[in-house]
Amino acid sequence: MQLIPCPWCGPREEAEFHYGGQAHVAYPSDPSALSDEEWAKFVFFRANPSGPFAERWSHSAGCRRWFNAVRDTRTHDLLAVYRLDEPKPVIP
Amino acid sequence: MTDLPDHPDFLWADPEPKKAYDVIVVGGGGHGLATAYYLAKVHGITNVAVLEKGWLAGGNMARNTTIIRSNYLWDESSGIYEHSLKLWEGLEEDLGYPILFSQRGVLNLAHSLQDVRDSVRRVEANKLNGIDAEWVDADGVKEICPIVNTSPDVRYPVLGATFQPRAGIAKHDYVAWGFARAAHERGVDLIQNCEVTGISTTDGRVTGVETSRGRIAAGKVALCAAGHSSVLARMVGLDLPLMSHPLQALVSELLEPIHPTVVMSNAVHVYVSQAHKGELVMGAGIDSYNGYGQRGSFHIIEQQMAAALELFPVFARAHLLRTWAGIVDVSPDASPIIGLTPVENLFLNCGWGTGGFKATPGVGDVFAATIARGKPHEYAEPFSLDRFTTGALVDEHGAAAVAH
Repeated sequence: MQLIPCPWCGPREEAEFHYGGQAHVAYPSDPSALSDEEWAKFVFFRANPSGPFAERWSHSAGCRRWFNAVRDTRTHDLLAVYRLDEPKPVIP
Repeated sequence: MTDLPDHPDFLWADPEPKKAYDVIVVGGGGHGLATAYYLAKVHGITNVAVLEKGWLAGGNMARNTTIIRSNYLWDESSGIYEHSLKLWEGLEEDLGYPILFSQRGVLNLAHSLQDVRDSVRRVEANKLNGIDAEWVDADGVKEICPIVNTSPDVRYPVLGATFQPRAGIAKHDYVAWGFARAAHERGVDLIQNCEVTGISTTDGRVTGVETSRGRIAAGKVALCAAGHSSVLARMVGLDLPLMSHPLQALVSELLEPIHPTVVMSNAVHVYVSQAHKGELVMGAGIDSYNGYGQRGSFHIIEQQMAAALELFPVFARAHLLRTWAGIVDVSPDASPIIGLTPVENLFLNCGWGTGGFKATPGVGDVFAATIARGKPHEYAEPFSLDRFTTGALVDEHGAAAVAH
């Protein structure tokens, strides 16, 4: 089982966490101005890379706080874990 | 039992790629092979290459649980899945090759009052579409599959099930080999160890592909890459509403014949059949996170085994032989995406998520027609990419037995 390093609790088993999908997806600043295509992009389209991916996790069976991670989707390696108020780290 | 087929090494040639083809199909799994076969057979288009980055049918085609059924809720899904099931029923004869298609029926279990209502609704919808379906109560489940635990004293008791008698299983490898052999006999080049690394376009029109074995020109390019569809589409700047997830399955050791049908449960989440040789084949839900690693999490298997044991106490002493994962491309409405793209002569077949195997002959036929005519086949039309903009979704989460 994968160990995920919660920024507050340290490494815990994957089963304690809930997955939240792509990180850094901002709600539209002016929703009423969006076209159908733009709404479709916001609602249905997310990045799906084979490689490093910035995503959200919640430590739902622990501290219950959300955080972000950059994970390589090919290897499942967690390359970085950071709080929501921290910027996305640069992965070399 | 049908005779065993020839060894795959003798079924098709291993050619060098030519400089150019009329159609290049990217992805040598079931869908790609079936598409090439129907392009050649129905449309007379034989200057076709199927490009496979690994070995033929070594991706999801080798990793699925081989279940075939057409008991979907909506008319759009009934159209394409029932079309496929009818093709399955004549496929062995059509390909001249054994595929061990066994119409042993499928039970989709209901464990709550809401499950029961949804199931009965689906049965009636199926009947309106001419698809064989019936509602059976818990005693009926016991009659069809005696090893199911129908005791009311379990956490999620079996209240009944939908039953589709024409549903069943087929031998996935033989299906792929049968299509490969038949496509090869009609002149299709099956090229393995050939990874597509780029898609070339000129003035918004596709002109060929870059591969690990050099550039190959093409009049049309058809994508059949399942879990890797997003990666391919990005090569032409096209975003797809797909998430790639690991989907796990497992088999037991060989057992005497004890399981006469296919049993699926959305609620407790396992689906089980017994392969021709005797292994119990069991599917799980998808892993929650995106991934391309073809392995999943242990706790998913644990939940799946717990569900299996509650439904089938008789499995308690069976040994697990092996587990594996395929990478499935899940769309927002749990329905596929088939058809044209904003790039001229680039065609898309993806988003089958956890349920692509049952569609193999149907989508091959429908996708080949779409490619040959340059416009969507009537069964493909509702599954166009623009439904996520128009909102005309085909919501089949309830008919897919996998939680996603």
